[in-house]
Amino acid sequence: MTTRETFSDHLRRHGVSRRSFLRFCAMTASALALPPARARALAAGLSAAPRPSVIWLSSQECTGCTESLIRAAEPGIESLILDHLSLDYHHTLQAASGNAAEAARAAAVAEHFGAYVLIVDGAVPTGAQAAWSTVAGETNLDMLRHTAEGAALVLSVGTCAAFGGLPAVAAIRAPALNQGAAKGVGDLMRAGLVPRRPLVNVPGCPPVPGVMAGVIAHFLAFGAPPDLDELDRPLAWFAETVHDRCPRLPHFNRGRFARAFDDDAARQGHCLYELGCKGPEAHNACASMRWNLGTSFPVLSGHGCLGCSEPGFFDRALAPGGDRFTGSVFYPDEPPAG
Amino acid sequence: MSTVVVDPVTRIEGHLRIEAETENGIITSAASAGTMVRGIENMMIGRDPRDAWAIAQRICGVCTLVHGIASVRAVEQALDYPIPPNAELIRNLMIAAQFVHDHVMHFYHLHALDWVDVVSALEADPAAAADLQQCLSPWPNNTRGYFADVRDRLAAFVGSGQLGIFANGYWGHPEYRLPPELNLLAFAHYLEALDWQRRAARLHALLGGKNPHPNFVVGGAPCALDGNPGKTALDRRGRRVIAEVIADMQRFVDQVYVPDTLAIAEYYKDWTLRGEGIGNFMTYGDFPDPEVGMDDPARLFIPRGVILGRDLTSVQPVDLDDPDQVRESVTHSWYEYSAGKDAALHPYDGETRPRYTGPTPPYQRLDPEQGYSWLKSPRWRGQPMEVGPLARVLMLYATGHDATRALVDGTLEQLRLPLSALYSTLGRVAARTLETKLIADRMPGWLDRLEANIAAGDVSTHNDALFYPARWPASALGAGYTEAPRGALAHWVVIRDGRIANYQCVVPSTWNAGPRDAAGVAGPYEASLRGQPLHDPAQPIEILRTIHSFDPCIACAVHLADADGGSRIELNVR
Repeated sequence: MTTRETFSDHLRRHGVSRRSFLRFCAMTASALALPPARARALAAGLSAAPRPSVIWLSSQECTGCTESLIRAAEPGIESLILDHLSLDYHHTLQAASGNAAEAARAAAVAEHFGAYVLIVDGAVPTGAQAAWSTVAGETNLDMLRHTAEGAALVLSVGTCAAFGGLPAVAAIRAPALNQGAAKGVGDLMRAGLVPRRPLVNVPGCPPVPGVMAGVIAHFLAFGAPPDLDELDRPLAWFAETVHDRCPRLPHFNRGRFARAFDDDAARQGHCLYELGCKGPEAHNACASMRWNLGTSFPVLSGHGCLGCSEPGFFDRALAPGGDRFTGSVFYPDEPPAG
Repeated sequence: MSTVVVDPVTRIEGHLRIEAETENGIITSAASAGTMVRGIENMMIGRDPRDAWAIAQRICGVCTLVHGIASVRAVEQALDYPIPPNAELIRNLMIAAQFVHDHVMHFYHLHALDWVDVVSALEADPAAAADLQQCLSPWPNNTRGYFADVRDRLAAFVGSGQLGIFANGYWGHPEYRLPPELNLLAFAHYLEALDWQRRAARLHALLGGKNPHPNFVVGGAPCALDGNPGKTALDRRGRRVIAEVIADMQRFVDQVYVPDTLAIAEYYKDWTLRGEGIGNFMTYGDFPDPEVGMDDPARLFIPRGVILGRDLTSVQPVDLDDPDQVRESVTHSWYEYSAGKDAALHPYDGETRPRYTGPTPPYQRLDPEQGYSWLKSPRWRGQPMEVGPLARVLMLYATGHDATRALVDGTLEQLRLPLSALYSTLGRVAARTLETKLIADRMPGWLDRLEANIAAGDVSTHNDALFYPARWPASALGAGYTEAPRGALAHWVVIRDGRIANYQCVVPSTWNAGPRDAAGVAGPYEASLRGQPLHDPAQPIEILRTIHSFDPCIACAVHLADADGGSRIELNVR
């Protein structure tokens, strides 16, 4: 049995420069608002960590969370899969299919039991609907239950895995179809359907890629999840709302609102609140971290925030009783006055 | 006689299972099963139609945006709602960017490992790899040192003993035929494409706020235009970034993707003789002239039509509103219809009642004689259709599109292959590459027109006149269509009193991956596997090659509406 090489050995041997490694540490430390001593501990912690095994289970999902992670920069996905992590099971990216893929998962579970990171995307159907999502003939619920057993950390990425998300959305003509059967991982743990393990939710549809990478980095360095809010979201990225950091906030404060998508106010970059923006209620890092190499984010590009990181975001307009919608979820029902 | 099961089929979007019956190493029949369902169409009922795009968009995060586009177009078509030419140009740019992004990633990150042996790349001579790159294109990463670095990085990775996503691949399988240098070059481009796609996504970020899942709006585009810097994301600086992204896309396609496809194809020409499928092809068309819009399919860049039995001399017209043309059946699906299991319904009248009758998990085998998939079986005038890049390239070719004819003929000549080589696994791969170039090359023209409109004072991006439900008729219905990277896509919406009364999506991968129909006729996936030899049934790389050549997207393909209850699910215990 050879000694497992450390993260920094690995990087050095793989020709990843120390500068690039430190840049990753600095970005993560800054996002987590770590004081300098703790930031140094992050770098030291990562240096001492072996390349951890990651098992990624996909349930009722759209692969948008994976695509989002693939857009990550600093560290980029190529660096994540070659230098930082050992992504041992991931349907979208792994070379092996069928039995060979399942064997790779079994081997990772056996070799790293108690130490691997389990990432889940998608909601998990339960009860009589458990057969609505299967892999290798096994329900996602069973596979999650077995695989969570040996996980050191469970990371629910996306609003579906965190809170049920899209598969749990109201279907008013067939309420039995969707409501209650598809669940997020936290609910499954609380219901005793999946073993309780340290859990971090990174909601968003999809989540901001740097947040997913940052949570993993924190765990590698300190062996524990970052500080969480009451919905198990990391405070470093979810304490503030999109509105709090919105570049259009000065217009909101001065009462300058767009009332159509291309009126003069919209062209001047005024606030989109009157057009349905959910920024004030959406806890997420879009406005501060921005998307796609910092290029933009929804509000900056002219559409109100959908509030996609919040539980139940598609059902805000559901009437009490759940049998009808009172109006649009995302837009005003009548032209804004003024 | 034995059965080869591949589940999960990886390097795709979603949950797909293939069961292939073999006799003496030859596939005699295959069953393609989608094993995940969510119920998305059902969630549309009773909602404001303006909200539908945001839910529909979440059908898929890989071919992100295609369902958002189909949805806003369906509502606009139902309401007879014209949108400004600038909004058509913005949508064309976003759809085109999705094509280029998606196809490049499919080739390098989802499909390449079926043809490229990563482990063999360790034996490559970096100097020879550099020579090869210099022969293929002017791409600047072409030095011995560059390829030595990539090889060393790979060697260190393999040497760590933790193979991660590359673990348990069929490395060393005799069906891998590339020389080590070409394997190394392809692996280098696997990594470069990961870097490239991050930059490419900036176009969607500017026009839609983020990628994946950019934003749309019924009635136009949400991103206001302004000539003044700093006011909106689409100021002059933002539009310069879009121009950069387009140039970057064209460069990568011309200097990396196209030459790599041709270089790899040289070693796998026998794959132009297998994996054809059914020989019927359908497109709905896309990329409107901005002044004309979607109402006149004859004016689209990618034309609409059906080709039957490889006959390129006759293109049949397609009408999405005709109740006799597009219809879906559920004979072999885990649904039931009120009119009986063998009925076929047009999407305006579509219904899907889930009724799982498969084996109780965990299971070893499905029963293809019964229901075996969460996909329906869509048919055009009763016939199965292949949709996607091959269908589009054939449609452009059949209708005499000059650039397509030149590109296809030139490619076949370079590979010394006949036109019939297109009807195959490798033909499908090549068609995807060639259409990427055709589409990328249209993008600068659309951006130029947008700039010209702005310069002429037209900054309109949204039509507010019909945005509010009080201005709509009491009832309306419409079909919104697009060409998604994986093929023809349409959404059908029925609106009553400002709310959605019915909503149906018929999706590319449903056409291609659906189960056999009431008459027992197989769809494209199943037909394409029949008759194929397997070198080693324990390592069925041939199945992966052909199925991946369709670029499966199973979250898209599975859908349902109008369901009345999970409580009626019955488990068939065997």
